[in-house]
Amino acid sequence: MRPEPQWIDYSIIVIYFVFVLGIGVLLKKYMKTSTDFFLSGRSIPAWITGLAFLSANLGAQEVIGMGASGAKYGIATAHFYWVGAIPAMIFVGIFMMPFYYGSRARSVPEYLKLRFDEKTRGFNAISFAAMTVFSSGVSMYAMGKLLQLLLGWDFNAAIIVSALIVLAYTFLGGLTSAIYNEVLQFFLIVIGFIPLVFLGLSDVGGWNGLKTRLASEPMVHSWKYMNSPDANPMGVEWFGMVMGLGFVLSFGYWCTDFLVVQRAMAADSMTSARRTPLIAAFPKMLFPFLVILPGMIAGVVAAGAMNSGTAGADTTVMTQARGGGISLEGGKGIIPPKLDDAGRPVMKEGKVELDYDLATPMMLVRYFPAGLLGIGLCALLASFMSGMAGNTTAFNTVWTYDIYQSYINKGASDQHYLWMGRMATVFGLAISLAAAYIARQFNNIMDVLQLVFAFVNAPLFATFLLGMFWKRATGHGAFFGLLGGTIAASAHHGLTLPAGSAVGVKGGFFGTVLHTYPSEMAQNFWTAIFAWTTCFVLTILISLVTRPRQDEELKGLVYSLTPKPKDEGLAWYQKPVTLALVVMALLVVLNAVFW
Amino acid sequence: MGLDIRIPIGLMFVIFGVLVGGYGLATGGSEIYQRHSLGMNINLWWGLAMLAFGAVMLVLGRRGTGAMRSSEISPEGRAIEESEHQRGVEE
Repeated sequence: MRPEPQWIDYSIIVIYFVFVLGIGVLLKKYMKTSTDFFLSGRSIPAWITGLAFLSANLGAQEVIGMGASGAKYGIATAHFYWVGAIPAMIFVGIFMMPFYYGSRARSVPEYLKLRFDEKTRGFNAISFAAMTVFSSGVSMYAMGKLLQLLLGWDFNAAIIVSALIVLAYTFLGGLTSAIYNEVLQFFLIVIGFIPLVFLGLSDVGGWNGLKTRLASEPMVHSWKYMNSPDANPMGVEWFGMVMGLGFVLSFGYWCTDFLVVQRAMAADSMTSARRTPLIAAFPKMLFPFLVILPGMIAGVVAAGAMNSGTAGADTTVMTQARGGGISLEGGKGIIPPKLDDAGRPVMKEGKVELDYDLATPMMLVRYFPAGLLGIGLCALLASFMSGMAGNTTAFNTVWTYDIYQSYINKGASDQHYLWMGRMATVFGLAISLAAAYIARQFNNIMDVLQLVFAFVNAPLFATFLLGMFWKRATGHGAFFGLLGGTIAASAHHGLTLPAGSAVGVKGGFFGTVLHTYPSEMAQNFWTAIFAWTTCFVLTILISLVTRPRQDEELKGLVYSLTPKPKDEGLAWYQKPVTLALVVMALLVVLNAVFW
Repeated sequence: MGLDIRIPIGLMFVIFGVLVGGYGLATGGSEIYQRHSLGMNINLWWGLAMLAFGAVMLVLGRRGTGAMRSSEISPEGRAIEESEHQRGVEE
């Protein structure tokens, strides 16, 4: 099966690129100071920062990865939204934003510097900067590979052209340009995916038809089979899920990752900053239907009239009409098998392993005729580019403020830092591009790097929680707590192994395996729980034996010493707390419906 | 002043709507719809939907104030500049 883009599809993609670049060009004249470039002059309305908050995270991992998880695990994938993201987004909006925004910190590491000390900021700034450029590289690699496989585009051309476009618009228009384009990309992704879900669902006979075809109860319930890891395809039980994913990982990501927090920091007032994640929560709640359902449908649908072989409900044998394209032989539904270097299907435990990452792209190919295919491909490109731009703007800010201005060249002119921000955009993307090629050559190096980042990130939320809500927490406590948490994460990972995996990147690298988890996901969740707990306990213990800072210095940085934000002059329905309550009520309904 | 993001969004979707909808009209009854979209002329219908969405965005963008202002104008932006000077991180 292979898409046949026509002139119309290519014209749509070109028009999209013109608009993306045009926004950068138009915004260039507003970039007068470094505050304009890195913080959008703190002048953007809440609905825009809200959609950008959502979209910066809507990278390829989200669109492709959630489709893949949908195909593999079913509707339980929605836990990443309904247990994971949304509660964390409410928390950051209501409780944490007053400190981020009110402290006049210009970045998350800078908040750590104001609240704790220089070494805690340095640790966070350097690990964050490294993480953003490398993960941007990994997603570039994924994009190049996908476009090559799906459309036969040249790998080099695909990643270099998209990197250059992202470079051009972030170089010219800074954070504002990234945010504006993220809003554009948000609408493109939504508008590109609605017809996909509509056509897919119509084809299988709606949600009930999908249930019948999946013929697997655990695939269509999110909670019912969570009592034991053996009962559901994720291999996770409810405690590991709620604590690991819902608490540690999601709060860690949404509350402390500068990539998303930076969007809220660009808002035009404290109220707007607090409303940013809450506004984002509304569409976020509905995203499972947009990104997970296509994956689930892909597993059960027949290749249809496109198919020149015999069609069956479960397996479809497909013969290649032309050269290139993707063979579905041995696959499931329209999800093709994973191929090894020689082009043969990869087998695992006697069964063909499926290439789940292709579930969503294959849906586009299956259901979109020329015309709409262009919109679908744009949506896919938009998700790649918004992720890349998000990483780039977060990187250039942290680099300029927290590394360059703090350790290399302090007290220079504003224009100098503006210039440095533009330079950082260029070399940040250059490093990402290099990382994409490294990933292509040595897949394992990137896996190892991502693992290291996970270790660094897992304990971070404990540091912020204590920093913001316990005025006794000290800089030494925070730094050594973070370090200890990172070590605990690697120790836990090194001493355990997911079932069926070989010793190595997946775990067990310390020689002994103390525990075997039913799945990789369960292992990840528990790694996070161990890291968080270690950091939490260590930070408290060390803080108690080190000298605290004066209350006077912590005003605006700690909950008990900061005046509560008042929302006077706002109608009741505009208040952040009202928004949060509505989001929570809807969340309960969604969890109940898909119980 | 400033650039309201709804204007470019509106323009882009109006263009997409006209292109895709027009393509749908021109290819009405083509076998591509049997092959892909369950016999429905999805290009025509979704083209119209995109056109409508784009038009709404244009109307809202012409009325509203969804624009960024430079830090010299926005009070929050000025506050940031001031705190940079106070802390001595900038000249």
